[in-house]
Amino acid sequence: MSVLSLNNLYAGYGQTEVLHDMSIFVNPNEIVAIIGPNGAGKSTAMKSVLGLLTINSGNVELNGKDITNTPAAEVVRLGISYVPQTQNVFVNLSVQENLEMGAWTRPLGIRERLAEMFELFPDLGEKRNQAAGSLSGGQRQMVAMAKALMVDAKILLLDEPTAGLSPKYRGEIFTTIQKIKSTGVPILIVEQNAKQALGVADRGYVLVDGANRYTGKGKELLENREIARMFLGGGH
Amino acid sequence: MWESFGFEFVNFYFIPGLVLGCIYALGAIGITLTFGILRFANFAHGELMMMGAYLTWTIMAIATAILGIAVHPLLAAIPASIVVIYLFFWTDKFFYKPFRKADTIKVVMASFGMMLILRSAVQVIWGPNQLTFVPGIAKPNPSLLGWSSDIGAMLLIPNKHLFIFAGTIVFVVVLSYILNRTRIGKAMRAVSDSPDLAHVTGIDVDQVIRATWIVGGVCAIAAGVFLAMDIQMLETTMGFRMLLPMFAAAILGGIGKPYGAVVGGLVIGLSEELSAYPWIGDAPLLSPGYKTGVAFAIMVVMLIVRPQGLFKGRSF
Amino acid sequence: MEAYLGYLLYFLSLATVGGIYAIFALGLNVQWGFAGLFNVGIVGFAAVGAYTYALLTTAESTFHYGGLGLPLPVGMFVAMVASAVIAGVIGLICIRLRSDYLAIATIGISEIIKLILKNETEVTNGPRGINKIPRAWEHFSEERFYSSWPMSWFNTPEGWAVFFDALPNWWWQPCFAATVLFCMYVIYRMLERARISPWGRMMTAIRENEPAARAAGKNVTARRVEAFVIGAAIMGFAGALFAQHLRLIEPTNTFDPAKVTFLVWVMLILGGSGNNRGAMLGAFLIWTIWSASELMIGGIIDLAGYVFQSFDTGVLATRAGFLRMMLIGILMQVVLQKYPAGILPEVRPASPQSNK
Repeated sequence: MSVLSLNNLYAGYGQTEVLHDMSIFVNPNEIVAIIGPNGAGKSTAMKSVLGLLTINSGNVELNGKDITNTPAAEVVRLGISYVPQTQNVFVNLSVQENLEMGAWTRPLGIRERLAEMFELFPDLGEKRNQAAGSLSGGQRQMVAMAKALMVDAKILLLDEPTAGLSPKYRGEIFTTIQKIKSTGVPILIVEQNAKQALGVADRGYVLVDGANRYTGKGKELLENREIARMFLGGGH
Repeated sequence: MWESFGFEFVNFYFIPGLVLGCIYALGAIGITLTFGILRFANFAHGELMMMGAYLTWTIMAIATAILGIAVHPLLAAIPASIVVIYLFFWTDKFFYKPFRKADTIKVVMASFGMMLILRSAVQVIWGPNQLTFVPGIAKPNPSLLGWSSDIGAMLLIPNKHLFIFAGTIVFVVVLSYILNRTRIGKAMRAVSDSPDLAHVTGIDVDQVIRATWIVGGVCAIAAGVFLAMDIQMLETTMGFRMLLPMFAAAILGGIGKPYGAVVGGLVIGLSEELSAYPWIGDAPLLSPGYKTGVAFAIMVVMLIVRPQGLFKGRSF
Repeated sequence: MEAYLGYLLYFLSLATVGGIYAIFALGLNVQWGFAGLFNVGIVGFAAVGAYTYALLTTAESTFHYGGLGLPLPVGMFVAMVASAVIAGVIGLICIRLRSDYLAIATIGISEIIKLILKNETEVTNGPRGINKIPRAWEHFSEERFYSSWPMSWFNTPEGWAVFFDALPNWWWQPCFAATVLFCMYVIYRMLERARISPWGRMMTAIRENEPAARAAGKNVTARRVEAFVIGAAIMGFAGALFAQHLRLIEPTNTFDPAKVTFLVWVMLILGGSGNNRGAMLGAFLIWTIWSASELMIGGIIDLAGYVFQSFDTGVLATRAGFLRMMLIGILMQVVLQKYPAGILPEVRPASPQSNK
């Protein structure tokens, strides 16, 4: 059974519908990447899970339980951790305080989990008392991911984690993503950098105009010539 | 040196400025927290301050009438603050919350309406005339006077001012403990930082808002009671008169920065009093009638030069 | 007959003050309804208009600087300009910032203006205020006007004195009311023109979607400052009429923020922000309620005082006024939450390119 599944979603912002019949699922211990051109509805797909917009039809299930249109705070409590694309750390709070906030819905045993996180992200341990706003973009992304993992996440949603980062940091983020997967947390990732994302992903979805156009193993999609022509060529 | 300059300057300008600064600082804490966390300029803040002072006065009067004892204002302020905190909750629930997802300006408008409603309510209940808060002339604290005279720098500080200084220090220390050491305090800073992120992090924003009203409310009552202790009377316009200096203090310190508000409050209070000092010649530098104008001038200059405030608060 | 005359005069005063408030509301509508600018310092602009007019048109006084004894229209015009200039300065500083700051700054400037009026005793006569402000029409019967040009061309001072003595003492009331209403109508027509002009449509576009308007190369800040200045000029004009109506102005009670700023806001919100007709309707409606309720409460209190002899009706009367204010405040909150569009909702100007 899949951990998270979005079934035949029609959703959008108020009157404007962005997703038209989109279906995605994530199995346990799996990295799934959503790629697609700008405006295809990649981020919208994630926001629909968080209950941040109106779902007109279709449903969202977590471990088989319907969570369609559940408010964000409740979704987080149920174990879905979300890292937004921008503004994903509290810049005026220290690194450690950011992680503590991440654990808001599960306040017990913070100390142990902090230790675990500083093990997973060794750089952050050294900077635990620094304001998150003083860190570099890549380190902020690490803080955001660590913050999201402070709860016993059943699944981690990452919205364009490498946007605006230098190639060096991009590689580091993807390595970390694989490390997180090895701890047993499945990951759904939305990415612009299709090549790298599909490189680490077990499966991928190509979204066009709010519906999935292609679905397949990460490697297969990478080798698909049409996809390559559509998104993978050019600068990436 | 002390005889010719210090005595007059310290006792008649600096100390009163510091007292005023403490009052502004406490009031501005609430304004800056509301501005930072709920994202609107709360025009009703001064009126709630004023209401706290009136309630404190009422409790003192009741205690005197029934028990025949004179209760210290700070003691009477405790039950009063519970009422005022409920008033904060209540105004939020009925007048601000309906607009939380709408344009912020709607909430500002609602708070502006609230300002008039609350003041009218006070005028209906207690009447529009001034009331005596604590009668009599405040004498300088004798032991401080004796001790300072011995070292050659005579200080004339009445007990009420010592209470205000000590109270402000206690409030600021407690506030910094809450904001930096407690879970809810850190969450308040987090919401102030980014409400959207706080939302998707699973932070209970409603709980944070309640905490904000409590912290801001307690500081507001303290400011109101301190002001009433200082001027020894109550007026229905006292809240409104505080509003502009408090906004100025919050903007000066940087919106969403409670310590900034404290520093801003002290700066504004001191500048208001020191502006009347005869710096050049014998006449006051600025006619005392224009004291309020000093706060406004500082605010306008800040808005032009550095809208994010001294401590890099939020600038919109 | 006497009774009917009383009703007529009451009605005329309702129309006069209602009309003045309607002009305030029209001014606010330019700022808030058109441009979305939150001005809570209406009373400041009103005071600037009123004092400018008063200082320019009153006869020379020993109590304060001026009056210059200038013709009334000059006073009205300068009142508008003075108010507009202050608005321009505030606008340039605050409009680029978020709306809350403009609110704080406007409430600040209005308090500062009152502070200046209170403290600059040599100019404004301080808290005692300015007296004998000439009122349009009625001023013709003042000696200093009929003994100088242009009136002196038509008749001798003695002749004029006889002429005015023959008129009933309320002769000017219908004329003044008509003048106020006429001014209101002219301003209304001008604003309607502005609303459907390209300028007005641009204002709507900016209010609806500022980023889009900016992206389309519109100078958003400049347009907003314009709206703010125009609105303030109208408020200054209304302030000058207010001074004429009152004839005695002083800084504290005449320019009470509750009775000017707040009432005007309630009028505009109730009538319908963005709609010029709504602004005027709201003004007349609220002013009628306000003024009628004063009479009514007064009557009730008198009755209570008559029935219960021990009542201190004085205390009751002052507090009833505040209760009234409180109820108006609650009315505003209800309208704001339940009927945000007001009685006459905003009507979009039809765009000429809409059927493309």
